[in-house]
Amino acid sequence: MAVSVLAAESAGFPILPALIFVPVLGAIIIALIPRSRPELHRQVAIVTGLLTFVFAVWMLVQFETGDPGYQFVVSQTWVESLDIKFFLGVDGISLFLVVLTGFLFPIALFAAKPDNDPKGYYAWLTLLMAGCMGAFMALDLFLFFLMFEITLVPLYMLIGKWGHGRRVYAATKFLLYTMLGSAFMLVAIVSLAVLAKAGDGGAISFDFTKIIASDSLSQSAGRWLFLGMAIAFAVKVPAFPFHTWLPDAHTEAPTAGSIDLAGILLKLGTYGFLRFGLELFPEAAVWFAPVMLTIATIGIIYGGIVAAMQKNLKRLVAYSSLAHMGFALMGIFALNVEGIEGSVLVMINHGISTGALFILLGFLYQRRHTYEISSLKGIAKVAPVFAGLFTLVMLSSIGLPGLNGFVGEFLVLLGTFVSNRWWAVVATSGVIIAALYLLWAYQRVFNGEPDEENATFPDLKLSERLVMVPLVILIVFLGVYPKPVLDRIEPSVQRVVNRVELQVERYDQPVTQDGRELDRSAIDAAAEKAREARDGEAKEPAVATEVGR
Amino acid sequence: MNLLTSVFAQSGGQLIAPAPVSGEVSEAVAQVTGPAVDWWGLLPLIILGAGALLLLTVSSLLRKRAPTSFYAIWTVTVASAAAISAIPLWARVQGWETVLWWDNTPESFGPFSTVGNMVGIDGFSVFLVITICLAVALTALVADGYLRREGLDGPSLYVLMMLSAAGGVMMATANDLIMVFLGLETLSIAVYVLAAMHLKRAQSQEAGLKYFVLGSFSSSFFLYGIAMIYGATGSTNLVAIKDFMSEVVPVQNGLLLLGLAFMLVGLAFKVSAVPFHAWSPDVYDGAPTPVVAFMASGVKIAAFAGIVRIFVLTFDNYGSTWRPIVYALAILSMVVGAALAIVQSDVKRMLAFSSISHAGFILMAVEAASAEGNAAVLFYLATYTFMVVGTFTIVTLVGRTGDNRHALRDYRGLARTSPALAAALTVFLFAQAGIPFTAGFFAKFYAVIAAVNASAIPLAVIAMVSAVIAAFLYLRLVVMVFMAGGDDGNDGPVPKRTDRIAVPAGAGLVIGICLVVTIGYGLFPDALVAPAREGQPALVRSAEPAVAAPAIPTTP
Repeated sequence: MAVSVLAAESAGFPILPALIFVPVLGAIIIALIPRSRPELHRQVAIVTGLLTFVFAVWMLVQFETGDPGYQFVVSQTWVESLDIKFFLGVDGISLFLVVLTGFLFPIALFAAKPDNDPKGYYAWLTLLMAGCMGAFMALDLFLFFLMFEITLVPLYMLIGKWGHGRRVYAATKFLLYTMLGSAFMLVAIVSLAVLAKAGDGGAISFDFTKIIASDSLSQSAGRWLFLGMAIAFAVKVPAFPFHTWLPDAHTEAPTAGSIDLAGILLKLGTYGFLRFGLELFPEAAVWFAPVMLTIATIGIIYGGIVAAMQKNLKRLVAYSSLAHMGFALMGIFALNVEGIEGSVLVMINHGISTGALFILLGFLYQRRHTYEISSLKGIAKVAPVFAGLFTLVMLSSIGLPGLNGFVGEFLVLLGTFVSNRWWAVVATSGVIIAALYLLWAYQRVFNGEPDEENATFPDLKLSERLVMVPLVILIVFLGVYPKPVLDRIEPSVQRVVNRVELQVERYDQPVTQDGRELDRSAIDAAAEKAREARDGEAKEPAVATEVGR
Repeated sequence: MNLLTSVFAQSGGQLIAPAPVSGEVSEAVAQVTGPAVDWWGLLPLIILGAGALLLLTVSSLLRKRAPTSFYAIWTVTVASAAAISAIPLWARVQGWETVLWWDNTPESFGPFSTVGNMVGIDGFSVFLVITICLAVALTALVADGYLRREGLDGPSLYVLMMLSAAGGVMMATANDLIMVFLGLETLSIAVYVLAAMHLKRAQSQEAGLKYFVLGSFSSSFFLYGIAMIYGATGSTNLVAIKDFMSEVVPVQNGLLLLGLAFMLVGLAFKVSAVPFHAWSPDVYDGAPTPVVAFMASGVKIAAFAGIVRIFVLTFDNYGSTWRPIVYALAILSMVVGAALAIVQSDVKRMLAFSSISHAGFILMAVEAASAEGNAAVLFYLATYTFMVVGTFTIVTLVGRTGDNRHALRDYRGLARTSPALAAALTVFLFAQAGIPFTAGFFAKFYAVIAAVNASAIPLAVIAMVSAVIAAFLYLRLVVMVFMAGGDDGNDGPVPKRTDRIAVPAGAGLVIGICLVVTIGYGLFPDALVAPAREGQPALVRSAEPAVAAPAIPTTP
């Protein structure tokens, strides 16, 4: 893999560092502009967001479709004593998450304005963007941890200062839950670095690719370390027993905070499982797969049922996130190409659909200052455009064929059905529950005759409609023609799955996709071939490193 | 008491002589051969001690009031001079041929002992000497504005602080248990008085007395421990003890173990490790805030220097005995410190408990008993000094005249009245909580690495979990500063412009320095890790023979 990683390195513009440092620079500029010029804060934030988005799109255009390895790799030594590097790279798995980050942040900026102190609000928001970008691109475990952790501070501030109601409680709960998870992850990362001794001459190294290449973990060590990291990621996803911070954080967060939290930050958890759980500890991932699948299934069903019971629209969407992220988690631990591909797609689609839902709820809140379902009624009559957009986004979230939500969930269920049939069967009912809670809520909020308070509900303004346009285009486009996305995801996913199959003796799929019993000899032959290919590659990195420098 | 006799012998024979006295002495006087003294090695100590006494003399001779900030500038100069005088030592220990433009040509390179093995100069001690001097300089700058605000201006605080630092330097460079004890007492007695320095607050007097009573109790524990070690090994000198233990395996080592335990109690009291922490919240609460900054930095550094020199360095082969105790102390300190800090409503008490929790982290690095652990201790102590001094500087300012506005609610809306102070406080608190891109994160990180390397993974996990608990307490303060309100979303009345807190130049400078260091080492930890790794303690037998007993004059 190392060969392809470094061969793809572009000598030109360092686009990945730019994706991090443009927002950081923006945040610093915002912090330096005096409070007396509030309009400048917003302008700088928007310019920063758009510039980052342009970079992200440029990266997407330049991305080599068939290449499974890391592209645009940048590696710069940071802490020499521990071989910690500023090591960034993007592959098919992280590519669209980076683009999604670059896309949702400007949208969030356009969609919502803070009600007080815009300076801090925009500075924290742009800083949050930098942190998310960094976390998705980091290929150094330490750097990943830093970025994973640093995203907490801006979001804490955003919820705690610009949120509604019990915001301080929600913000603190969010921060402590995630930090508690991270505590285990930090120890796991350090232990991994110490145990793997992947550096030069058996020294400590946090280099993700080096650790993978070293393959020196014992079975039990791998399982313990996986568990340590899994706790952090499960809190972040959030998976079932660790989810209680999410509804509170969402309910009290300002609109932009909700969009970024649901759209991007939750993906850090599933992305972490995929990149650092699966690739670093394939054996442990296979061993833990039934547990993780069960957790995911519980999340899907439980999230759906609880969402149906909610009286608050934002809480409802928050619980629906729990269900959707359950699908993403399930796909990863289906441990086959379809499942993982579907999972990545669910992450992207959930970011778009739920982001759009939160934007619409933000518009609703601006008009009515409430999220309570009981005090909303008959809005479709007075605000047809709003209702229409809501319908579309809601259907995408339910997973209606033809819209984006369907593709990811279908692939996840397909992949899981192939590898672990019964979990898939149970989880499928989650799709039906999703239809239940969203349609029921829609019916209560939009249908009927508007009462006195809702009769004056103004429809969407032009600027608000414009914000929704790119989201709607993506919802439809990804639903009808997801191939360009899948083409880029697939090689990297294939690489991960190959690694799992190689690393784990006797790991195989119980049935092939056609449903036939598997031919073991074919698998063994393929594994042998792949092993040879890997051994052949192992000799090359010396050369590759030269190229890299 | 070897040091005293030797110095006495020196000065009796020939003042400040770099070579041992071996001249002709008249027949009537007994011939006393003192040990060789490498005056360069003692220079930081001498500068601090002489600077303190000189300031006392000068200020008592002055007829008029000293010019503004005279004492503070004096102290900063003395502390900086002491720190700079340690740089040639560092160069010598590390074997640098040249320091900038200056050719370094000592007699020998590498760590060395002097004054008959009483004083050990190695990377560890030089590193800590410099850190203690920096703590003194920073605290003096804060104290300047504070004393004038409180109407207590005078030289006494500065003199005592320099003397106390001299004691700290003695502890950091001690190669003899007696030397450690001398340092401990010099340090502590000065700090007892410092704690009671605020004449207008009863709590300050109470803090001084409380600290004094408990502190002397713990010192006596330490002294008793020394006596037992002497009984068990036949020496108080660390070099001799180590030699002894490498040759002899005692059949019965009860005395030795008891001695170790007593010494650990004495030192654990000074670092305020649980369960020897009970004094610290009360003392932190009552003592003048700049003094608290010094206690949390300087005193802690000295005590940890003692722990590392005695336990990690000398009694390393008794690791299986003392390491589990330190393990337990570390866990207790981290968890209890963090948990009790949460329920406090007074910021100074809160920070007292947080400093207990930090002591637990450093103990975790001590427990590793490895080169990595020592480096982690140094890194933690150095960065913690800046974090904690920065924090207490802001606490000093927010305390306002009278030094008693330290309740959590007094921080309400600080971000509106003094946004710069609020931002700085946030950085310091986040650094203490171990948020990435601050020095505090790397401090914890290195401690965890050391623990994991020493296979103490449960300890590392507990440490990180307690760091999360502690994070909650820092957040409480940040919430007060920024969000100012409760869950009702009401930020309360907007503070007026007149509530703005005045920042004296000295305090402003300290906050600036601490900010730069805290963030700088958070971004580029290598700059500090390299010296911390080179700063390893060493026990070197000096070439000269140990002090011989004075020859009894033979009467013909």
